[in-house]
Amino acid sequence: MAFSKTAVAAGFAVAIGVVGYAQAETFKYAFQGELKGLDPYSLNETFSLGTLGNVYEGLTRRGPDLEIQPALAESWEIIEPTRWRFHLRKGVKFHNGNDFTADDVVFSADRVRSQESDLKTRIGADVKVEKVDDHTVDFVLASPNPILHYEWDTWGIMDKEWSEENNTTKVMSASDESPSYAGLHANGTGPFKITGHETGVKTVFQENTDWWDYGNKKFNVDTVELTPISEDATRVAALLSGELDMVYPVPVQDIKRVEGNDGTRALTGPELRTIFLGMDQMRDELLYSNVKGKNPFKDPKVRLAFFKAIDIEAIKQKIMRGLSTPSALMISPFLFALSDQFERYPYDPEEAKKLLVEAGYPDGFEVGMDCPNDRYVNDEAICQAVVSMLAKIGVKVDLNAQPKAKYFAKVLQSNGFDTSFYLLGWTPGSFDSWNILKNIIHCRTEEGSEAPFNLGGYCNPKVDELTAKILVENDPDKRNQMIADAFKMHLDEAGHIPLHQQGLAWGVADSVELAQRADNTLMFYYVNKN
Amino acid sequence: MTAFIIRRLLQAILVMLVVALIAFLMFRYVGDPINQMVGIETSPAEREALRVRLGLRDPILVQFARFILNAAQFNFGISYQFKQPVSEMILSRLPATLELSIVSALFALLVGIPMGVYTGIRRNAWMSKLFLTVSLVGISLPPFLIGILLIFIFAVNLQWLPSFGRGSVVDLGFWSTGLLTVSGLKALILPAITLGLFQLTLIMRLVRAEMLEVLRTDYIKFARARGLTERAVNFGHALKNTLIPVITVTGLQLGSIIAFAIITETVFQWPGMGLLFLQSVQNVDIPIMAAYLMLIAFLFVVINLIVDILYTVVDPRVRLDGGAAV
Repeated sequence: MAFSKTAVAAGFAVAIGVVGYAQAETFKYAFQGELKGLDPYSLNETFSLGTLGNVYEGLTRRGPDLEIQPALAESWEIIEPTRWRFHLRKGVKFHNGNDFTADDVVFSADRVRSQESDLKTRIGADVKVEKVDDHTVDFVLASPNPILHYEWDTWGIMDKEWSEENNTTKVMSASDESPSYAGLHANGTGPFKITGHETGVKTVFQENTDWWDYGNKKFNVDTVELTPISEDATRVAALLSGELDMVYPVPVQDIKRVEGNDGTRALTGPELRTIFLGMDQMRDELLYSNVKGKNPFKDPKVRLAFFKAIDIEAIKQKIMRGLSTPSALMISPFLFALSDQFERYPYDPEEAKKLLVEAGYPDGFEVGMDCPNDRYVNDEAICQAVVSMLAKIGVKVDLNAQPKAKYFAKVLQSNGFDTSFYLLGWTPGSFDSWNILKNIIHCRTEEGSEAPFNLGGYCNPKVDELTAKILVENDPDKRNQMIADAFKMHLDEAGHIPLHQQGLAWGVADSVELAQRADNTLMFYYVNKN
Repeated sequence: MTAFIIRRLLQAILVMLVVALIAFLMFRYVGDPINQMVGIETSPAEREALRVRLGLRDPILVQFARFILNAAQFNFGISYQFKQPVSEMILSRLPATLELSIVSALFALLVGIPMGVYTGIRRNAWMSKLFLTVSLVGISLPPFLIGILLIFIFAVNLQWLPSFGRGSVVDLGFWSTGLLTVSGLKALILPAITLGLFQLTLIMRLVRAEMLEVLRTDYIKFARARGLTERAVNFGHALKNTLIPVITVTGLQLGSIIAFAIITETVFQWPGMGLLFLQSVQNVDIPIMAAYLMLIAFLFVVINLIVDILYTVVDPRVRLDGGAAV
């Protein structure tokens, strides 16, 4: 309490002080959820990591189009297939004035892989991190891995000395008895410092004039205030009234209002997340169905029939109000070079009915469906549409839509994958196809130690073979072709039914220029306010 | 008096235990907290390990006993979501909720009582009819809608008042107050009206009904016969005797104002305990939910006690140790 109070008081004192300057530009924005803590390793969630990405920096960073750029590492090279060398930037200082060196990278690598960290996937447990000199670090791999550094933009490097001084080398866990220093204070190398953080209420950021890239800065804001506003109507109202410079997300039904209002506009674009349907094809009998003694979803014809019964354009127009990109793939086309080789099966209810007849279900069947109602854009409405579309081919779907807290408790591994038919969304954290192959398409073991998010248990050993090869293939062309082959097999069998990429919608004041990244992350160093 | 208070305290402890038990049984149906605490790529084995570390695999009675033992020491554990001590989080949100609640209760009293007296004395005046009609609206519209309407009129269209938050606050060390700054006061207006409107209507109608009742009684007629002024009759005699039910209702309603500030706080993103509670429900942050429910139960118990004691102050005929009314 004592230090959180003082931190907050100090933060507001600074904030008030800055308002006094003539040139000062304060950028105020709101997001739907809260920043849950300041420790960059305690929660692997897009919003938290993205926001902290303004404060903590990785060895790499991602540009407006998500391309990988050098950050704390100036350059890197693969000196052997299993040895990567990173040349660290010199003269970088943490916010407290400490120098950034190889020791900090080694320390951060250990911390990010520690027991309590939620970001263990950033570096494999078997990767050795070796300090070569103060500004060179080697990463020694057990086997080649072309995407070693793909997620490193959200692996913020922490200061070893600071962590040790403040006794915060360990990542805070909810089972700990006392709060950790790093959860309430931040000390990164990034363009902004956190000067005030009141949990769930407000966070204040101040520009860091000692930032290594400050000479090339492309932003003119010096103070940023983040307020969480969970209520959609209030968030939109705060933008319309001019109290805020930017809010996100804007609900699809309010986009027109924001557009129509003087002084605000809506920025929309496809998000990376793919929304898809999955079917239990592992059990010999479905948990929720009137078909006994066999599982209709084991037959690819039934799955294809479902695929063809879905009128994705109607979902796009009526439910998503145009703010979705129908998809044939489980990954955003943005993230896979060969995605234009793939096309959705066209909407064809007649063909779907025929397929059902061929599969031995001329009168259709009944099946239960699980759906979240507060997780993805219009998730429940999408499920309802699917229910009515499937009704047209004779399949009666019993929809169970519930809040995400209940939904995930039911369908995930912890409850034994208790579902027959479900809707889920996925963004590959690495922005790479292997993540999806490994987590969602790979054969699932009974207890879920492999592919824990393949809730329906789609399984094709040939796809798994390719997945293993893709992991260690360093040649990008060969690798892409193998990914395409794997996706092709999965699509042929309708292993899952990809629906669409949901859209991003940010509400922005006309006085503000910023970059909208497809991962729904706001980087302050693109923000300009006139 | 002392015996009464001790008896009441024992009752209170029982009430709190029951609340805690019910809350605990409920939490099992809210959903799985673990999925909200980790990213989607966290492995099932790690999720399970966390679940065990948090004691969520223990029998519910063991969890309950542990909670009660800790709660007795004002230790509500660490928030699953924010990884901070829950008691500190709630305490830091307490000022916002109390200021909002008390201001809206004052608003309801200061506007509601005069309106009630007026409509009671001048039953047929057109103003009375207007008050009654308007108050119907206050009763029938849900606070959520009233809040949104006020935001769209006063924040978006007229741009007089802020649509969310508390404005700037002054930190007094143990208490952060928005009452000392202009932006803090402006930010208070819309939420206080939203939260107080229902109470205002209630108090107005109650005072009116009581006034009508009292004005018919013999002692008012005698008072008039003795030649007392209208003012002395209406305010000195009549109003004073209507106050007992008003105090009861206001007292109990203060508890509900605090408890039901949840909706208003959500609409206005008012950083109080109610907002924290609602967020914790969405996130299945059980330590916060448990602590909040205990606090609200405690509040109701204390308010009840104060109301009972106030009875004797206003009307000495009420004897507490006689097992008086409640």
